[in-house]
Order: sequence, then C-alpha cells, then structure tokens
Amino acid sequence: MEAGTPDLVKLEDLHLPGQLSGRKHILSILVENKPGVLARIAGLFSRRGFNIDTLAVGPTDDPSISRITLTLDGAVHPIDQVTKQLHKLVNVLKIRDMEPEETVAREMAMFKVSAAVENRAEIIQFAEIFRAKIVDVARRTVTIEVTGSADKIEAFERMIRPHGLVEMVRTGEIAIARGAD
Amino acid sequence: MESLKAEGVKHVFGIPGGANLPTYDALVDADFRHIQVRHEQGGGHAAEGYAKASGRVGVAFATSGPGATNLVTAIADAMLDSVPTVFVTGQVRTELIGTDGFQEADILGATLPFVKHSFQVTDPRQIPEYVHEAFHVAFTGRPGPVLIDIPQDLSRADIEYSPRTEPVDLAGYKPSTEGNIKQIRIAAKALAGAMRPVLYTGGGVVNANASEELRGLAGSDRFPVTSTVMGLGAFPASSDQWLGMLGMHGTRAANYAMDEADLIVAIGARFDDRITGKLSEFAPHAKFIHIDIDPAEISKNVAAHIPIVGDAKQVLPKLTREYRALQTDPSRLDAWWKRIEAWREEYPLRYEPGADGEIKPQFMIEAMHRATQGDAIVTSDVGQHQMWAAQYYDFEKPRRWINSGGLGTMGFGLPAAVGAKVACPDDVVVCLAGDGSLIMNVQELATCVNEEIPVKVFLMNNGYMGMVRQWQELFWDRRYSSVEMGPSPDWVKLAEAFGATGMRCEDSADLEETMTKAIETDGPVLLDVRVSPEENCFPMIPAGAAARDMVG
Repeated sequence: MEAGTPDLVKLEDLHLPGQLSGRKHILSILVENKPGVLARIAGLFSRRGFNIDTLAVGPTDDPSISRITLTLDGAVHPIDQVTKQLHKLVNVLKIRDMEPEETVAREMAMFKVSAAVENRAEIIQFAEIFRAKIVDVARRTVTIEVTGSADKIEAFERMIRPHGLVEMVRTGEIAIARGAD
Repeated sequence: MESLKAEGVKHVFGIPGGANLPTYDALVDADFRHIQVRHEQGGGHAAEGYAKASGRVGVAFATSGPGATNLVTAIADAMLDSVPTVFVTGQVRTELIGTDGFQEADILGATLPFVKHSFQVTDPRQIPEYVHEAFHVAFTGRPGPVLIDIPQDLSRADIEYSPRTEPVDLAGYKPSTEGNIKQIRIAAKALAGAMRPVLYTGGGVVNANASEELRGLAGSDRFPVTSTVMGLGAFPASSDQWLGMLGMHGTRAANYAMDEADLIVAIGARFDDRITGKLSEFAPHAKFIHIDIDPAEISKNVAAHIPIVGDAKQVLPKLTREYRALQTDPSRLDAWWKRIEAWREEYPLRYEPGADGEIKPQFMIEAMHRATQGDAIVTSDVGQHQMWAAQYYDFEKPRRWINSGGLGTMGFGLPAAVGAKVACPDDVVVCLAGDGSLIMNVQELATCVNEEIPVKVFLMNNGYMGMVRQWQELFWDRRYSSVEMGPSPDWVKLAEAFGATGMRCEDSADLEETMTKAIETDGPVLLDVRVSPEENCFPMIPAGAAARDMVG
C-alpha cells in the first residue's frame, strides 16, 4: 500500500473527467507510408461519425513514414475516443494531440480575387497588411497567397470577399511543437 | 504453406477457385488438413467456431471475387465478437488488378471496416512475413480477423522460406496487457467501499482464458456475477453467486442488480446496447471500473470512473490480491444479497409447461442439458433459440457456448459446429439451430457427411423466424409479415438427402431419449424438434427501454 493513501476509496469521491473539450484540436499523426493507410483513416472517421475539418498529408524526414495533420472540433467529438480508435490501426505509429499554447500551426491559402483597375491598389494594400504575396496577375483578377494561422486566413477572407472572391484554395493546417521537443 | 505450418496451423477451411489455384496445389503436399466446405461463408464461420472452441487461430481460404465477398459476413462476425482468425483470399493476377477482370473484387477495400488489420501482397517475398504478422495481430491484444489478399501470380512464385527466428515486432501495434497497478489499487479500494457491487463480465474473459482468475476475484468476497451472452461459461452457472445473463433477455435478478448497483466492475465487456437498454437510464446509481484490453472500449458507451487497460488474465489476479490485502468485512454485502435473493425468489426464469406432449422450447433446452450432461459444446444460430439456450443451458465452463453475439448472424450455428468439432473431436458438439437460421447455411451438412464431421444438429423448429415474429406480435400489433417458414423443407428427408441421419420428435415424453439416440448415432444427425410455434422469449427489456421496465 502506498503511504498516505486512505484504505478505502469512497464511491462518492469518484468523478468523471469531461468528455468534450469544446475547442478545436489539431492531431498530428505519424503513419507508415503504405498503400491504403489514408483509406483506413478516412473510413474510420466516416464509420464512427467523426467529422474532419481539415486534413493535410505529406512526407516526413523518414521516407517510410508520412504525417497526417488533421483538425476536428472537440465540442462535437470526444477527442479521446477518436485518438484511441486511430491507435487501433496497425499502420498508425504515433498520435499527438497538439497543445495550442505549445504549437506553431500554419496553413496556406490562395485567393483569386476580381481586381478591376479601380480597386486593384486597395487589394494589393490588403495583401501587404497581411504579409501576403501576389502570385499571379491577370486582366481581371489577381491571385494572392496567404500563409498563417487559420484565424489569419479567415480574417483575410473576410476582408477580400466584398471585392469579389472568384475562388479560394486552402491546404488545411500543419503544425509543429514549439521548442526542442 | 511453410509459414502457416510454422504458425502451428493444423486445419484450414475453404474452397478453391481460379485465383487461389497455386495455394490449393501446394495444399496437396501440405501436412495439415483442409476441410472443403460448401460455401465460403460456411468456411469463415467454421474458422470462427474452430477458434472459439480451441482458443487457437482459425484459418479460412477463399478465391477472388465472389469467393472473397462470400467471406465478408464471417469476417464482420469475427470482428464484432473478437475472434482470432486469418482469412487468405486469392486475387486476380497483378496486371489485371483495377481492370474489372474476371472474378475481381476489391476485397481489401470491402473489408476495411471489418478487419483488425489486412495485408495486400505486392511481392511474393512478403508472403511469409505477412502470414506471421497476421497471426500475431489476430491472436494478441483484443483478438480479431486479419485478411491477406494474394494475387494469383504472386502466390505461384517460388520463394525461399527461411524459418522466422525473431518474434513479430510491429511499430504501430503494442497492446498493453498488464494493467496499471496504481489504477488496480484504486479499483480494489473502491470495491472495498462498495455496498452493492456487481461483476459484469463479457467475452473478453473467455478470450483471455481468465475463468479461473474471475472465480478468484468473485471468491475474494461474495461478489455477485453476471455476464453478457458472449461471456457465458466463464463463471459457473451452478455457483450461488451467479445471477444469470444480463441484458435484453437476461434475468431480472441480473438486470435489477445492475439497476441498483453502486459499483459495477466491467471485465472484458463493452456496454453494448443489448446490455444497457436506454443508455441514459442504465445503472443510474453506479460508478464504473472498466477492465478491457482494448483502450477504445473504455468510456466508449459508458464513461468509466476507474479505467484499467489490460488482459483480464493479468489484471484480475492483481486486483484480487490488492482486494484481499484490504481485509474487508464480508458481512457488509449481506443486505445486498438479501435484496438479490428476493428478486431471485420472486422472478425466477419460468415458463408454462406444455400440455399433452407439447414441447416447449425452454423444455427442449432443459432436455438437451440432461441428454448432454450439460457438457456439450453448443453452437447456436441467432434468435429465440439462442436466447433460450443462454437462459436455460447453464454453462459451467468456458468455450462450450459458441454463438454470434455481436453481428447476430443467422446461419452461424452449423458451420461453427463444423469448426468446433474439428477443433475438439472428442467432445459432443451440438448445433442448436433455428429453422429460420439453419436453412441459411444448410449446405454445410454436405461438409459434415463428406469430411466425416459428426455434429448433432438439434433443430428448434417452430415454423417461424421466431424472434422477428415475437417483435411483430409485441410491438407491431401482431401484423405478421414474412416470418412464416411454411412446410418446406422436410428436414428429415433433407438430412437423408445429404447422407446424414434425420430424426423427428413431436412429443415431450420422447425428447430426451431421442436426443440421446441422436448423440449415440454415428455420423452427423439432424433432429427436427417440433416446438410450440408461438412461444415468446421472456423476460425482455423492450428495445430502448430501461432495465427496470422489463416485461414478461
């Protein structure tokens, strides 16, 4: 028996941890780079009724391992259950539920905006404020590349939308832990 | 073949076809027995029956396309009941994959939701490695089905097999089995503080071969024990601590005990909807200790106050030891037992005896228990007969009750009996069948005859798909819709046409004797027992209702 612990646990003292965190979660998942892995993950999400908000897949420094970064809403899904189900997939090596304060998360988006001569200057000014880049200019449109947090990209979208948003493409967030770890 | 042999495989169930010709050619010289079944679904369930009876991995082969898709029901069944199984399917030649070639089906894609893991062979040198990994994944942790899909051209390649010396090590697969000792200590202390505890056990106890360890924990105090349909036999029904099965067709004593319990210890059970009924009113006064080898089961349906991830065989002795060390006063459970005894007395399982030789289904199960001395391996189909067997057969030992609990697959019983009899040739294997279910895989009678597998089929024949009829009667205003089975087939003649012995019994006075005769007759026997057509299976918790609202 451990010192200092009472002999009995009173049942009324047993409590449950909350199931829903109520915030957005970024899961960083290392998987074996094998055919069908993405199908297994996507299938698991649809079968269990979990809704993925964004999904980004890419290589890591090890060619046999890929990283899947996905975001989902912790107000809707018990994240604990999601990660436990993911862990059961044999090709899933590691899952990290990224702590918001200790994480750098970035997303890239490209906006194709109608830009007539009279408002083109204003659009370019917006882009500068957001430290965005003009990557293509045509007679009636400009295309702007924005990198940043999802919040920043959404803010840019709100600013630019009144000018006539032709098309928007987003990558979904990727994330890395701050510091040495 | 060499890698299968190295895994200790002695029996395989299956059917050959174009895409697995090379595998079947190799079988000619292999020194394990192949049981040629008559439908791939039967082969799959036979592999399950084999695994459930023996505790070893069951193996089934099928060819590509329809052969493989015929396995899907068995694979899904093995997934929901955590049955260690390896399914090897043939696939069209590599260059034909993706072209909708003859007998091509994406079986890997089709079975993704139902497998514990699966392998697509793309190089013949992977085959031995994948076979060993498949057995490892199927058998360890929470057991389950693993599929290996091998294109025809790759299975005919000659490769060197060098015996494996290292144990299988998969980076993404490390089941925890021991159980966190701190959590176990807290659990012991909570148990010591409980006034109305219940041990709620499931198929995980059987899978872990932890019956003895369960008896150890139950015996460390007078803990009442109940079980799901999957866990029957893990705790002896003759024990005075046994409450009977719980859930939809469980006993009132078991369900009321759950309803009033202050602490429920779930061991290898997963709070299925057939157990909880209306989730929001399930065990409203209880705190939960949940012991399971699969962390994802813990807090999936019912949140656990004390989660313990581990193998029941390893966790239960530790919990027993910690609990005994606390030296609790056993008399604190007296009031609880008084309450339970009162339920037992007031609501025993009971039925109106049949008059004038009428065979009541419950009586049939009791007769079966007497004729087999309660010691047969009983496989069952799905429906009323399954629930009556669970209520009335009183299983004493694990791996004697083999049924489809999770998926609820009608037609499971006969092929499962084939597998069980192959695994345990010295035991009496009885398939308790329903007339709605038996017809679904009756072709396996041919397997029994040709392969000399003497299973005894006791058909509970009420002329209906009885459980569906019961629901239509109780909840759909007796508007019977497609539940009558009609006069076809003549089961005795059908058995004889297959080359088995057919018998019939219509009088309760002859039943036990006829059953004994069926058991003593050489070879496979089908005994058609005519039971009361419209008997209902009670008690029951109507779907979506709470335990305290049991009816019947």
